[in-house]
Amino acid sequence: MVIKYFSWIREHIGKSEELIELPDNVKNISELINYLNNLDDNYKKVFVKKNLIKIALNKTYCSVETKISNNDEIAFFPPVTGG
Amino acid sequence: MDRKITIQVKIKIQKQDFDVSEETKILRENQTGAIVNFVGVVRGFDERNSSLVDSMTLEHYPGMTELEIEKIVKQSCERWNITGVTVIHRVGKLLPSDQIVFVGVSAKHRQNAFDSCNFIMDWLKTKAPFWKVEENNKQKKWVDYNLSDDEATKKWVI
Repeated sequence: MVIKYFSWIREHIGKSEELIELPDNVKNISELINYLNNLDDNYKKVFVKKNLIKIALNKTYCSVETKISNNDEIAFFPPVTGG
Repeated sequence: MDRKITIQVKIKIQKQDFDVSEETKILRENQTGAIVNFVGVVRGFDERNSSLVDSMTLEHYPGMTELEIEKIVKQSCERWNITGVTVIHRVGKLLPSDQIVFVGVSAKHRQNAFDSCNFIMDWLKTKAPFWKVEENNKQKKWVDYNLSDDEATKKWVI
């Protein structure tokens, strides 16, 4: 699966995009966040601010309960500030 | 009998500047009686942090940005009797007083154009995935989202 990061989340994690092979026991975004948190402290520092993180599945807003699969594109980003 | 009108929609995310009079001219071409334009401009002063802004850089999520704006425009077309919509949003590095965003709406009558333009802008501020970083004295600061933008969308809840 492709995971994209934007704004200060990209800077904290240190990459704009990564490809991961989804482990079998990761079925939704909440479980994906737990999986990433166990890989590296940079993820933990970002995902602890859960109230400041928006999530998109295949370019549509979704929640942490949303189910995911290996063909999906997930994005994590802060609340938007355009306009 | 009403003549059937096709709503003319244009959505662009671009680095280059836009020409408001040129965009207004395009909106005037479809059968219309009123045009409302909104132009967002880079402020040279950050009011929340009381600091000057040397420049601002905008990034976005290509693909999702266009989809979100299309959804907002579609809702607006369903809700108001309008004839044309143009949304242009710039990305990249911008300087104080540069134009950031253009939302232009044409309609046969002004109230539909006013309301639709206001609706599109309010939802764009809270849904379209753009992020601004302000640069000042070689320091950069990501702009915090504004709760009042969320509040502004509440007036559109039916």
